[in-house]
Amino acid sequence: MKADPAGVLTGVHYLDGDKACAEGGLAAGCRFFAGYPITPSTEVAERVSERFPYMGGMFIQMEDELASMAAILGGSWAGVKSMTVTSGPGFSLMMENIGLGAMLETPCVVVNVQRGGPSTGLPTLPGQADMMQARWGSHGDYRLIALSPNSPQECFDLTITAFNFSEKYRVPVLFMMDECVGHMTEKVVIPEADKIDLTERRYTKKKPGEYLPYAYGEDLIPDMAKAGDGHFFHVTGLTHDERGYPDMTWEMQEKCVHRLIDKIDKNVDEIFMIEEENMDKAEVVVISYGITSRVALRGIQLAEQAGMKNIGRMRLITVWPFPEKRIRELAKKVKAFVVPEMNYGQMVLEVERCAGGQCKTILVPHGGGTVHKPETIYQAIKEAYK
Amino acid sequence: MKYWRKPLDADRIKIPEGELHILRERCKGCAFCVEYCPKDVLELSHEFNSKGYHPPIVKNGAICVHCQLCEMLCPEFAIFCVLKNQKEPAHES
Amino acid sequence: MKAAEVEEIQKKPKTRKTKSVEEEHPLEKWLRMDRMPHIWCSTCGIGTAVTCFIEAIKKTTLAREDICVVSGIGCSGRIAGYIKQDSFHTTHGRAIPFAVGLKLANPKLKVVVFSGDGDLSSIGGNHLIHTARRNLDITVLCINNFIYAMTGGQVAPTTPPTAIATTTPYGNYEHPFNLPALAAACGAVYVARWTALHVRRLTNSMAEALQKKGFSFVEIICPCTTLYARKNKLGSGLDLMKFYHDNSVIVNGADPREVDIQFQSEIKVGKFIDVDKPTYLDSYNTYMKTKLGDKFKPYGVTDEERQ
Ligand SMILES: Cc1ncc(C[n+]2csc(CCOP(=O)(O)OP(=O)(O)O)c2C)c(N)n1
Ligand code: SF4
Ligand code: SF4
Ligand code: SF4
Ligand SMILES: [Mg+2]
Repeated sequence: MKADPAGVLTGVHYLDGDKACAEGGLAAGCRFFAGYPITPSTEVAERVSERFPYMGGMFIQMEDELASMAAILGGSWAGVKSMTVTSGPGFSLMMENIGLGAMLETPCVVVNVQRGGPSTGLPTLPGQADMMQARWGSHGDYRLIALSPNSPQECFDLTITAFNFSEKYRVPVLFMMDECVGHMTEKVVIPEADKIDLTERRYTKKKPGEYLPYAYGEDLIPDMAKAGDGHFFHVTGLTHDERGYPDMTWEMQEKCVHRLIDKIDKNVDEIFMIEEENMDKAEVVVISYGITSRVALRGIQLAEQAGMKNIGRMRLITVWPFPEKRIRELAKKVKAFVVPEMNYGQMVLEVERCAGGQCKTILVPHGGGTVHKPETIYQAIKEAYK
Repeated sequence: MKYWRKPLDADRIKIPEGELHILRERCKGCAFCVEYCPKDVLELSHEFNSKGYHPPIVKNGAICVHCQLCEMLCPEFAIFCVLKNQKEPAHES
Repeated sequence: MKAAEVEEIQKKPKTRKTKSVEEEHPLEKWLRMDRMPHIWCSTCGIGTAVTCFIEAIKKTTLAREDICVVSGIGCSGRIAGYIKQDSFHTTHGRAIPFAVGLKLANPKLKVVVFSGDGDLSSIGGNHLIHTARRNLDITVLCINNFIYAMTGGQVAPTTPPTAIATTTPYGNYEHPFNLPALAAACGAVYVARWTALHVRRLTNSMAEALQKKGFSFVEIICPCTTLYARKNKLGSGLDLMKFYHDNSVIVNGADPREVDIQFQSEIKVGKFIDVDKPTYLDSYNTYMKTKLGDKFKPYGVTDEERQ
């Protein structure tokens, strides 16, 4: 399906990442937005509240992030594409209902414009330390999808992708921006509506009385229904059978939870997006994401100027699920992975796990508040090259 | 029925008569129906259902006025009343 | 009949078993019969409140498929699982915001939150007050059993002073919420309280609440046999029903500030508030229209309705 022109601001714009993300949501057909202000994400909400009245969308500033997250799940079950936006402290508050979203298999997009933490941390300054929270933040086992843009243009493009993934796989998609990307202003090209492909939700074709909310086929993704269609369906956050009824046995737990994991794990190849450069002869591979990937570029340049020519560059666009297979392959060929990130070691744990000791993995940590110095990354590359 | 004065609408008033249905297996023996039946139609039986509760039995079905209070109060959806017929009140004045 | 008598009968050993009779209760098409028996204890009043709710729906002209039920977590939170409507069993405290999402995303729906006192007024208290403040067009039905029942009888924001709970083993020393006063103060346009014994009046109130435009709130004082009654040595749910019978007074129109409940005190019931005021969506549409004129696309209003 193509985008609804009402939400697409076709043209060439000069936008910051937050506003571009908002525009991406509108272009993707989001028409319900519930949020709570928090720096550095507020501009997304502000932009949506300004734009919705002209296109028949509903914006509500909720009383807190617990409410925002619950409300977008409700919005989604009413059949409307829904999103919310927050930053660290609010992301923590959303966790319980992100888990409900995973359990009820509710499409929605949750944007986290990361700032420095823990706690109130650095409200106006960047961080990338919620990456593991995006993976494990809600209790219990589940799989979600998380994306990480590195430019305002990508904030636009990938918000659409986030909606498409969420509709296709019936999961909350976490959109892991950072303060730098959120607040940097660059050229953003918004195409015409008929150039934007949207994945539509797969609604059941079953007649009322025949629909089972969690019956699934080969792709492991159940067809959805929306409130008000006369199916009289029930959904619960309790472990449930295909009727959506609680069944709290270990057998059902195995069936119910395993599928939540499988439906993502088995589709990793379709979900993972990475950008690679100079991999053929790479001896050292720099793996980064978000704003750090742009700083890493300069670090690589410095290394190249110093004569280290075989440096591969990998940028994670999909961060969860993690591109395990690709890292494993590379680990057999390269000397080392260098992982700069704005935290004290999060995605590097995954890289290390996948490398499985076959090559070195070097973390270039940074507490956040500003980006890495390219020289630090360069030093790490030099170290790796030895 | 005995009135001290015949009600003006007595000829229009019909007393409904109910027929009780008790889903004994579903009952949890709370006795709400027994206690609040305005006509004292029901009592708890001495028998057990398979859950081990004593479901109500109809003590005097003829006087049930189909008010459905038992049906409304039952927390188990275990008792209901259907309208059997409406009878003219027998007037004695 | 006294609860003691019931017990008497229950004690008598009898061997004969009753036959199971296959008959269809008139509410069966409104209930998820494939989930019966429900989890509620014998003499718990939640089932009675469910019956009243279904009878209330029948009294309205609402299309059945438009009515959604959202619950949080608790014994009362299980209600959504037994009513055959589109029904959502969400997380503890978040039934109201989930309902807000449903309602705002599709204003055609009649969204009902049916949950417990702890769920709605403690962990979910912030949502209760703000949704009432916004006069968001949903109905909230609150089962108040004065306790956190599902978790085993801990003190709730509604537990009357001196009442025993597992976390106030020497009695409750906190000031409880007066829920009708709370809802009214925050802007609810319809506020009523009944006990589970007042089945007809409760049904009528629920029907009125369902048909009221705006935030409606009905508190249902409800027996919890297993925890509240037992901890406080008040007998069974039947004894609590008898207590309601003897100690509730109907004061329609009472000032909600004066309907607070003390331990085993008189319980004032009735319809306390029934006023009119623009709902969240009405305010939005009217206000935006004046600000943005024809460029504004009214929300939840069809194109014909706009003409
Ligand atoms: C976030 C969270 N905290 C605590 C709980 C545990 N919990 C489940 S139900 C409940 C209390 C329910 O009380 P109430 O809403 O009054 O319902 P009742 O069981 O009395 O009907 C609590 C504390 C939970 N499920 N989730
Ligand atoms: S319908 Fe009324 S009179 Fe008849 S048994 Fe039930 S409560 Fe009693
Ligand atoms: S009210 Fe229902 S559950 Fe209680 S005794 Fe009567 S039939 Fe049984
Ligand atoms: S514990 Fe109390 S509230 Fe819960 S089902 Fe039993 S009687 Fe009802
Ligand atoms: Mg309670």
